Amino acid sequence: MQISVTVNGTTHESDVEPRTLLVHYVRENLGLTGTNVGCDTSSCGACTLHLNGEAVKSCTILAVQADGQDVATIESLAVDGVLHPMQQAFMENHGLQCGYCTPGMVMASIGLLNENPDPTESEVRYGLEGNLCRCTGYHNIVKSVLAAAATANAGAQS
Amino acid sequence: MIPAPFDYVRAGSAEEAISLVNEHGEDAKLLAGGHSLLPLMKLRLAQPSVLIDIGRIPDLSYIRDGGEHIAIGALTRHMDVEKSAMLAEHVPLLAHAASYVGDAQVRHRGTIGGSIAHADPASDLPATTLALGATYVVQGPGGVREIAAKDFYVGFLESALAPDEMLIEIKVPKMAGAGWNFQKFNRRAQDWAIVGVAAWRNGTSAGVGLVNMGSTPILAAQVAEAIAAGASVEDAAELAVADAEPQADLNASVEYRTHLAKTLVRRALTASTK
Repeated sequence: MQISVTVNGTTHESDVEPRTLLVHYVRENLGLTGTNVGCDTSSCGACTLHLNGEAVKSCTILAVQADGQDVATIESLAVDGVLHPMQQAFMENHGLQCGYCTPGMVMASIGLLNENPDPTESEVRYGLEGNLCRCTGYHNIVKSVLAAAATANAGAQS
Repeated sequence: MIPAPFDYVRAGSAEEAISLVNEHGEDAKLLAGGHSLLPLMKLRLAQPSVLIDIGRIPDLSYIRDGGEHIAIGALTRHMDVEKSAMLAEHVPLLAHAASYVGDAQVRHRGTIGGSIAHADPASDLPATTLALGATYVVQGPGGVREIAAKDFYVGFLESALAPDEMLIEIKVPKMAGAGWNFQKFNRRAQDWAIVGVAAWRNGTSAGVGLVNMGSTPILAAQVAEAIAAGASVEDAAELAVADAEPQADLNASVEYRTHLAKTLVRRALTASTK
């Protein structure tokens, strides 16, 4: 089936089988391998990307469902080698260990702050309940998100 | 995991979806948010030959004040139910229960109608709408009919929907200031409930729905009858499994589920009692 999907600002016309999952479409058809496949059962959140600006699990969405829609992956964040503030916060706060969950964590965290720009620690933990870290590094992940929120809010006030 | 091959068609309206179901027969399945159906298809537990995508039908996502009830379009996403100011005011139990469905990413895609039509006994919203005495509005080739939630769930993942019918709206009575509570017991944040309880109480009127306490979502009618007859919360909660048929699985034995149900019903009704 012919689909037209805008991914990271570029519109791609592709011919896909209806059963192609969105995560396989971005990884294999478009070569954007930053989005990981973890559990493949919509539990772990490693495949989180943004569909029309909202965090979703791309292992449980068909590429044909994204036809005509806007997708953003982890590759869209850094511009000219300058990290997105959320990526920067993960780096500064040691918010990753093995790094496998990190693309999904970062995309889910950006989605979380879009919906709740000044979350409490418990709201961050609730907001990220759909993302599993197999290193169990949650403490520093939560710290990273709170730091990114604080930086954004300080910037907004100045 | 990749689903078995299927043909994909997109419906522009409920009428078109129903006529496509008629055209393709019982091997066709309706696809809304896909967060119940696609996991089954990836495990090849479901292998529809045709998927009819109703996810883009424009006028089935809404939350409206219907006077005595709130009307919710079947394609309204869990996140929109959770964040609805109208539901927070008139049916706060439902908005709160929606916040327990899956996780944020799942709630961005999954729909209340999809969850109810899927009729999973372990899902949060079927039992919650049962407790609230909801009515489901379904459309078929011959028009629209209403099914009471208590008559809807007929077996494991089986509902009273005919093969060529589609759920289009959920009508939930306003709670009129009733106390309410939702209990979900699980081991990990985003898991299905091992046992869940949705409850409300307004004087001697009460409603209690049980999650994952049988092959269908369960209405704990005898608990509500006991409250109506003047029983204490403790005595009423002892009847928690009177309408249920708990089954053992990896997470819990029948005895453990029974214990949990009584305990959670007691907690939920205590919190609902003003």
